[in-house]
Amino acid sequence: MIEDINLAKNIIARRIAREFKDNQLVNLGIGLPTLVANHIPEGINVIFQSENGIIGMGPAPQPGQENPDITNAGGALVTALPYGCYFDSAMSFALIRGKHVEYTVLGALEVDQEGSLASWIIPGKKVPGMGGAMDLVVGARNVIISTLHTERGKPKILKKCTLPLTAKHVVNMIVTELAVFRVTPGGLALIEVHKDSSVDEIRANTAADFIVADNLKTMEV
Amino acid sequence: MFHKLIDRKGFSDLLKDDMTIMIGGFLGCGTPETLVDIILEKGVKNLTIICNDTAFADRGLGRLIAAKQVGHVITSHIGTNVETGKQMVEGSIKVDLVPQGTLVERIRCAGAGLGGVLTPTGVGTIVEEGKQKLTVEGVDYLLELPLRAELALIGGSLTDKAGNVVYNATTCNFNPIMAMAADTVVVETRKLVEIGEIQPELVMTPSPLVTHIFVSEKS
Repeated sequence: MIEDINLAKNIIARRIAREFKDNQLVNLGIGLPTLVANHIPEGINVIFQSENGIIGMGPAPQPGQENPDITNAGGALVTALPYGCYFDSAMSFALIRGKHVEYTVLGALEVDQEGSLASWIIPGKKVPGMGGAMDLVVGARNVIISTLHTERGKPKILKKCTLPLTAKHVVNMIVTELAVFRVTPGGLALIEVHKDSSVDEIRANTAADFIVADNLKTMEV
Repeated sequence: MFHKLIDRKGFSDLLKDDMTIMIGGFLGCGTPETLVDIILEKGVKNLTIICNDTAFADRGLGRLIAAKQVGHVITSHIGTNVETGKQMVEGSIKVDLVPQGTLVERIRCAGAGLGGVLTPTGVGTIVEEGKQKLTVEGVDYLLELPLRAELALIGGSLTDKAGNVVYNATTCNFNPIMAMAADTVVVETRKLVEIGEIQPELVMTPSPLVTHIFVSEKS
């Protein structure tokens, strides 16, 4: 296991950042997914959308350059790149549901082997609301879930989610600090393993059934 | 020709207990904060608020919830305002959580004269409970119904005296959509200009949609 949580999160972010191709439109969720933007490989231009109404989102502003009118969906101040543009929420979600966004990267409370995701409510305990997550996972062409492999020792990847779903059968890929899985029509497939982990360790920390891909690779991070 | 400007009293006189009010903004960005101040001062109660999120207990429209003026909120996210969650658990506020894309589309429907919208969002989740499900060309959709209000409060950046509005950057969000879906629409504008000063192609909310213009007291 990789004990250092910060290191683990950056391994996940670096691996996900390698998925994108030049000029693809990508929406990153709040928290861990936001780190992905720091790891885009040189020579690749990724166009970031935020569902509050911006395409061409840039990094956080330099001190003294803050503009309170330019925020992301987490309410943080951001910048816009020269090619960027703004639009209202109806246009923003038309872009999302209309399959114009290539990737969405989101976190999970639970994710399962059928590609279902739970990420917005723990009944009786925590009810933040779904925000734009339900639309993003239904609408984006590719759904990547970024999550630590376990939380307080408990697996995050399950046979079946127990919490209320964000959406059913929508996840394409799950990236943790130990492994990369692809959700296929035949079930969950382990396609990459971190160099410091092993199939046995992953099996011991995953509560889902999965097959090991024939061409299992070492995670490039 | 146009007499749309109102002052604090003019806006305050529009407010009543039990009203349904849409308020623009996204985590406070683009929210008409002076109008929220005036609702707080007037102290009207048991409001139904339609909004993207309940912002923060001390900023944005979330202040109305902290002041216990809201009986019902229809929104996509309450996680940044501890008061909303607390009052929901106590049972003093009713919270309807709606996926963000569905929420904006329900408001758009009301403003665009449509009877509803079919969306794939929420199918197979608790969001589909109590809703009609339709299958069109092999795909399942939920029928989501229009959402209207008596009053819409809009955060504009630049408005001319006729009521044409421009929104800066991400202050746009729900504002132009809500401006189409209420009986009375009040724009709080940061800057007021003469008719003709806004290039017509750049107008984002056309003037006939705006009932009243209020000049913001915030910078």
